[in-house]
Amino acid sequence: MTLGPHAGFIVAAYAATVLVVGGLIVWILADYRAQKRTLANLERTGRKPPA
Amino acid sequence: MPLIDLANPSRFLAFTSRILPWLIGGTVLAFTAGLVLALFVAPDDYQQGATVKIMFIHVPNAWLSMFVWALMSVAALGTLVWRHPLADVAAKCAAPLGAAFTALALVTGSLWGRPMWGTYWVWDARLTSVLVLFLMYLGVLALWRTVDDPSRAGRAAAILTLVGAINLPIIKFSVDWWNTLHQPASVMRLGGPTIHPSILVPLLVMALAFTLLFVTLHLAAMRNEILRRRVRTLHLLQARGAHA
Repeated sequence: MTLGPHAGFIVAAYAATVLVVGGLIVWILADYRAQKRTLANLERTGRKPPA
Repeated sequence: MPLIDLANPSRFLAFTSRILPWLIGGTVLAFTAGLVLALFVAPDDYQQGATVKIMFIHVPNAWLSMFVWALMSVAALGTLVWRHPLADVAAKCAAPLGAAFTALALVTGSLWGRPMWGTYWVWDARLTSVLVLFLMYLGVLALWRTVDDPSRAGRAAAILTLVGAINLPIIKFSVDWWNTLHQPASVMRLGGPTIHPSILVPLLVMALAFTLLFVTLHLAAMRNEILRRRVRTLHLLQARGAHA
């Protein structure tokens, strides 16, 4: 694979995509863990989640 | 499972637990195939050279930027007309994903435009209408953050979303209605695609990969939002219990 004289633009476009998509994945995973942890703490104090 | 059963948040959580691993696997497979085809199999364009490789990420992001707003518009109808319990959850969780895909469409488009057009940006109809779409995504996100009560925020965001849907045909047909530096449609057009199959096939596989990525992230984000609302309800119950 040769990227030619505009390799910098191609690499920057793919890098930006990886960065943004990676950020979305990390954000959603971290949010899931945070919500599960908070819910578990609340349930330990005796509250049941609504159905 | 009948589709109507997914209106129940508990059933929806069980459904996402079952389907997410399959979606993740499908997304990884589609991206692997798409990237191999795009980076190692597809030939360089006879005019644009290797910069055509930017198209394989720019076009799927541009398609998704409009698809996500269209999906939010259907969800907005679900909130305002049918009062579906998951409609505003779907709309709220789609907004940050749509904003990210739109930002990527703008950034990758600029990075493609500089070597091909000689400029990162021009105020032509296509680029400007997509920038307006991005600003509308930010507006919806700001609205969700401003109003504390989810049902009130959902109704306000639904109205803004339906008003913003007017921009979708403007984006689509901007290259036909006005003189633009941006090229006219070359895939979704009445006479069929004008792109050679050696480039069209990798593009379609990448579009499938990005769509699967969106569906996966959207379902995962909806699961988070349902859990967040359960946490909010429990906090309210605790606060009431403390004051009783």
